[in-house]
Amino acid sequence: MTPGNVPIPRPAPHIAESPNIKLTSRSTYLKERFLRYLFAAAALVAVLGVLLIFFFVGIRGWPIFQKVGVWDFLTGMVWAPTATPPQYGIFPMLFGSFVVMAGALVLGAPLAIGTAIFLSEIASPKVRSVVRPAVELLAGVPSVVFGFFGLLVLRPFLAAGSGTLGLGLMAGWLILAIMVVPTIATLTEDALDSVSGGVREASYAMGATTWQTIYKVLVPSARVGIIDAIILGMGRAIGETMAVLMVIGNAPVIPKGLFAPFSTITTQIVIDMSYATGDHRTALFGMAIVLFAISMLFVAAVRLVSRLFGAED
Amino acid sequence: MAPKARTVSNTLAMTLLWTSAIVTVGVLFALIAYVFINGIAQISLDFIFGYPRGLHAEGGIWPTIVASVYVTGLAMLIVTPIGILAAVYLSEYARQGRMVKAIRFAADSLAAIPSIVLGLFGLALFVEALGIGFSVLSGALALAFLMLPIVMRTTEEAIRAVPRYIRWGSYGLGATKWQTVSRVVLPAAAPRVLTGLILATGRAVGETAVVIYTMGTMINTPVTPLDPGRSMTVHLYLLSTEGINLQAAYGTALLLMVMILGFNLTARLIVRRSRRLSE
Repeated sequence: MTPGNVPIPRPAPHIAESPNIKLTSRSTYLKERFLRYLFAAAALVAVLGVLLIFFFVGIRGWPIFQKVGVWDFLTGMVWAPTATPPQYGIFPMLFGSFVVMAGALVLGAPLAIGTAIFLSEIASPKVRSVVRPAVELLAGVPSVVFGFFGLLVLRPFLAAGSGTLGLGLMAGWLILAIMVVPTIATLTEDALDSVSGGVREASYAMGATTWQTIYKVLVPSARVGIIDAIILGMGRAIGETMAVLMVIGNAPVIPKGLFAPFSTITTQIVIDMSYATGDHRTALFGMAIVLFAISMLFVAAVRLVSRLFGAED
Repeated sequence: MAPKARTVSNTLAMTLLWTSAIVTVGVLFALIAYVFINGIAQISLDFIFGYPRGLHAEGGIWPTIVASVYVTGLAMLIVTPIGILAAVYLSEYARQGRMVKAIRFAADSLAAIPSIVLGLFGLALFVEALGIGFSVLSGALALAFLMLPIVMRTTEEAIRAVPRYIRWGSYGLGATKWQTVSRVVLPAAAPRVLTGLILATGRAVGETAVVIYTMGTMINTPVTPLDPGRSMTVHLYLLSTEGINLQAAYGTALLLMVMILGFNLTARLIVRRSRRLSE
């Protein structure tokens, strides 16, 4: 999946790299040198971007950690930024973020992995040419459209079934489950496709059924890629904002049931950002730092999984 | 003779796998159908080219379309040279080492950062610290960071898919590295690079959380890059949560989906055509 794993053999050391061989003019040599540095600078923009984000979100949010204390900020049970004295505890939102992510993954990951296996192992080229674009298109649907769909289609349905407003954990799970499908399915399919064909043929030659081949041979071979896919799906779920915002009812409390309003870190930022000032605003940036840290942890986890288990592949 | 257990479990598993694919495709079609059926009655020239009027935003959504296209176009102009050159560096120039590792880690991180964090970052840096204010430019700069990892990844894959012997041919003729890259490798990779750019643009058009904090929510037809504006996504969000004008919300959602579908189909078409040409 990472393009970096396939090194392109370099041509013999070229003039641009060995100025002693006078095969080209000095101006050409200088131009080549300059372009090399220009490209390196472009590549470093990505590094610069991450540093800038870290720095500017950090500098705006850090004071709340000093004021409230990191531990109290993370574990405080009460979010009452406009009360006197104000209380800045984000635990209910952290809880909300992780619960909505976990449920979405429980529902969405099997669906996504099932779809990926279907695409890679079962579908005929014709069926695949319908399903794969659909999955890609699903990835492109704006999250606000998912939220809109959830609000107008899913919510009335859930409301009728539960006798409540229909907003809450269940709605969040269902919408997010669909939203993580393209992320997990695409990466899982990549992982399955990179299992060499000979392994499949060997399994079938032993008389294994399609399903035996899938769960005894292919899935174990592709497990690193599948775990990576799930972790990235987790990152997508925890960072999702607009769709979740529109279907969970928004109250900074631990949800009291499947149909009770609650908030996640992302949604509380949007809700409060419209009117927050002073420490309250700083606290919202503090929540952004927490989100930043969580997403970095997911990226690091992917690297770790690949490093720990990837060598066998 | 009773069927063997493994045949039964195989049939069962195949049914489940078919079901999961059908559910995935079904949800997408339900979503598209719902938006189209409810939105199509709303679409008229007046809706597309008109201005919102009154308390409930009756009339059209032209300013939001302009704002969305403007900010996305500007972001694309910013990110295209940087993303492509960065990918050229990673795939053609860099030696595998610490710096490449750091760049790849940074690109992966950038791709993983939640859009709301990017939005707050844009607010803190471009809108406030640099004093650009809520504007198309602030929005485009923030969106560029969202698009950068996508463009870098797709371009790098496109470049790596160019066969090696083409490069050797170029070097063999005495071409320098830059001549090889600019006249041989990039043209060969162009269709797939373009596809990546289009997909990244599609992502940016659909983005809400980034633009709401960098471009603002004011309904305004931006003229210069320093003007504020409200994107279609922000418009859709505000209309549907306030529940004041659902008809306009349906119409906006439909136009948004049409744009996204258009981007995806274009990208697909380019890939298909280039594949046919290369065969």
